[in-house]
Amino acid sequence: MSWRARNHPSYWAFVLHRVSGLLLAVFLPFHFWALSTAITGAARLDAFLDWTRQPLVTLAETGLVILLAAHLTGGLRLLALEFLAWPNWQKSAVGLSAGISLAVGLLFLLNAL
Amino acid sequence: MTARAETWLWIIQRATAAVLALAVLIHIVTIVYAVRAGLSAPAVLARTQGNLWWLGFYLVFVLATALHAGVGLRTILRELTPWRGSSVDGASACASLFLLVAGWRAAIGLFA
Repeated sequence: MSWRARNHPSYWAFVLHRVSGLLLAVFLPFHFWALSTAITGAARLDAFLDWTRQPLVTLAETGLVILLAAHLTGGLRLLALEFLAWPNWQKSAVGLSAGISLAVGLLFLLNAL
Repeated sequence: MTARAETWLWIIQRATAAVLALAVLIHIVTIVYAVRAGLSAPAVLARTQGNLWWLGFYLVFVLATALHAGVGLRTILRELTPWRGSSVDGASACASLFLLVAGWRAAIGLFA
């Protein structure tokens, strides 16, 4: 594929959807493992929650929230493309998806700090 | 895989996406509410334990996520690698099953 074909918002939206999906799938087993520490008692869950209060972990969590929001908004964009009439607002949809994802990440970070 | 089976995977991916659109939105709102309220094990467990509505929500959420992730991983593997045939289908199904069991175990542990 030529650079011209790749250097388009829709192509980067496609890449972001694949990358965010893959990273979220890799993260899920760790997420489930962390939650299941609650099964063995509140003390283990508390120890884990203490560990998450480090600035770098909070930053990584913010990244994950942005990835989740990006996969959600990117997915809604795809569903709209596939099931609604062929739109002429494709670039706007990419921009809107990116904007909402970053806003959600910021909302998380401001509340987590 | 037959064209019929591929069509089913496409339908599963879109149907789970529709469920996940709502579930992820609720999950993000819950995340922001939870971190705002302060995360501690007693606070988390007080909110979750014995809450069967949330248990039902997360059982459905995990099922949709496990199916969506498995089909998505298969798509990415087939796009980026030469891996084809029943082995890639089987590996993707195993990924789905693993996420389903791990996710349901965590949800039942937290909410039941």
